[in-house]
Amino acid sequence: MQFFIEVLIGGLLSGVMYALVALGFVLIYKASGVFNFAQGAMVFFAALSFVGFQEVLPARFGMEAGSAAVFWLSFLLAFATMVVLGIATERIVLRPLVNQPPITLFMATIGLTYVVEGLAQMTWGANVRGLELGIMDEPIAWLMDDYGIGVSKFDLFAAGVAASLVALLALLFQYTKVGRALRAVADDHQAALSIGIPLQTIWRVVWAVAGFVALVAGMIWGARNGVQFALTFTALKALPVLILGGFTSVPGAIVGGLIIGASEKLAEVYVGPLVGGGIEGWFPYMLALAFLLVRPEGLFGERHIDRV
Amino acid sequence: MLYREAGQFRTSYAEDGRIFPIRQDRVGFALLVLVFGVAVPLLANEYWLKAILTPVLIFSLAAIGLNILTGYAGQLSLGSAAFMAVGAFAAYNFILRVDGMPFLLALALAGLAAALVGVLFGLPSLRIKGFYLAVATLAAQFFIVWVLVKFPWFSNHSSSGVVTAQEVSILGYRFASPEAKYVLTFAVVAVLALAAKNLVRSATGRAWMAVRDMDVAAQVIGFRLMRTKLLAFAVSSFYCGVAGALYAYTYIGTVEPEGFNLDLSFKILFMIIIGGVGSIMGAFLGAAFIVLLPILLDNLVPALFGDALGAGFASNLQLIIFGGLIIFFLIVEPHGLARLWQIAKEKLRLWPFPH
Repeated sequence: MQFFIEVLIGGLLSGVMYALVALGFVLIYKASGVFNFAQGAMVFFAALSFVGFQEVLPARFGMEAGSAAVFWLSFLLAFATMVVLGIATERIVLRPLVNQPPITLFMATIGLTYVVEGLAQMTWGANVRGLELGIMDEPIAWLMDDYGIGVSKFDLFAAGVAASLVALLALLFQYTKVGRALRAVADDHQAALSIGIPLQTIWRVVWAVAGFVALVAGMIWGARNGVQFALTFTALKALPVLILGGFTSVPGAIVGGLIIGASEKLAEVYVGPLVGGGIEGWFPYMLALAFLLVRPEGLFGERHIDRV
Repeated sequence: MLYREAGQFRTSYAEDGRIFPIRQDRVGFALLVLVFGVAVPLLANEYWLKAILTPVLIFSLAAIGLNILTGYAGQLSLGSAAFMAVGAFAAYNFILRVDGMPFLLALALAGLAAALVGVLFGLPSLRIKGFYLAVATLAAQFFIVWVLVKFPWFSNHSSSGVVTAQEVSILGYRFASPEAKYVLTFAVVAVLALAAKNLVRSATGRAWMAVRDMDVAAQVIGFRLMRTKLLAFAVSSFYCGVAGALYAYTYIGTVEPEGFNLDLSFKILFMIIIGGVGSIMGAFLGAAFIVLLPILLDNLVPALFGDALGAGFASNLQLIIFGGLIIFFLIVEPHGLARLWQIAKEKLRLWPFPH
């Protein structure tokens, strides 16, 4: 039973990390209807930029390595990089493709994936780098001692970050003018345009916000596994979360992440040995598929009504 | 002046229903077959046959398969490489385990095996649509490759999971040289491409297009959705399966399940998007483009910049250029290369007197 709980909690917490990446997809899909496959590459690019600035600032500008100033300045610079990337994407890729079928836009974002991956490695090099956030990946002592359940401090920290990020996004969406415009655009592009909401500005904002989410996700994932090319594959982890929760729902991304994370870990431990292991590649997809057969638009997705 | 249909009258139904109603098209097509079926294997060098022409043909076949599913029936799939894997490993096992299995029969059986798996993974399409379906087809991509890796029976217990394709021989003739393999590939691809061209003009093809344009409306006017969609999955996977078997037997020679990864699926998707969604001809153009582009960049980037950049930088630059060109093509011609060809034909009809 202890073991079961440990696996379950570990799964839920790793699910939070999937949800972090899925959030970026949801934001962009909601506001512009673009299935942005480049989100994984953006996570990689953001994390790499952050680590890169952390190296460059002390080396070139004589700032004290490891200081808080370097950390926050790197964070800001990496965020600025993502904003520039978002604006450039909107201007160069999306604007000329307005009104094209969704599949064309999807393909364009796959092209964008290659560009971003190439750009990231060209600028910062392809070496694997460590990322230090100052939180140890070790079990929480009192839980371990009293109940024998190992819960990593780092995972808990990641969950906390994800929760505050979602709260922040919720505040942004609910209580600011930009947020209201974002929701309007997500609801209906044309209606939003007709009452004077500048669609292109909104898209830029959304891509910038998605860049911010990518940066946070990249830092957490990077601190966990090192900043390396494999970060781009986080997109593949996020996709089942996305279809399970629904493409258009922020809570869906979180709940989907929790479900996928928990059941993936449980399946790995309890089902995996029966079939020879290595099932984490496809299990989330099969699980999401099973959910979709019951609810074709995901758990929280907008119900699709067909009209002839 | 040369390309003009004036004076060509169709006097019977059969004439009206031809694939190429215009005489110049028929002549052009015959010339194309002669050039690529006879002249090219006689004249081209080994590198071109082995590394460029054969893979272009094989990927064209896979792209036709995906085009049937995505371009005609409107079901987005990201798992075509997995169906190629099914075809490749099915052909390998049929030839390995059945004594005296004729190659062409094995090819057809491999296609059928892929079709069966395709129908299985096509079942969710009855309920799931659009990008949800696209992500769901990723389940096929990862699951099939996992099964092929995990169960060593499929690769005949080879320790590394890599299988070496047996020698191809038909009626005692051994297809060992690159020329022979190319001709074999060409023949199979040509026959299947013609079949596909006819299929999409038939009632089945029209049913697919009706479902693509709006499945509810198609259902209302009496198309059976389940039959139509599953048939599209079956035919599409059949083509991908045959392409996979050819990939193993006439192109690469040794295959492993991981070779049929998501990247390959994306490549095939690129082919149909760049070639033209909903066009058989586009599949060929797109496959040629996607196969040739990396080779071109491989040669061009060092030629332009020399070795000064270093291997890592050059490969990243190639990645950027590849992605950039794909975006560029999507922006400039969202309907693909096939559309450019159509425009060229329209222009040719009037050339050189535009009135």
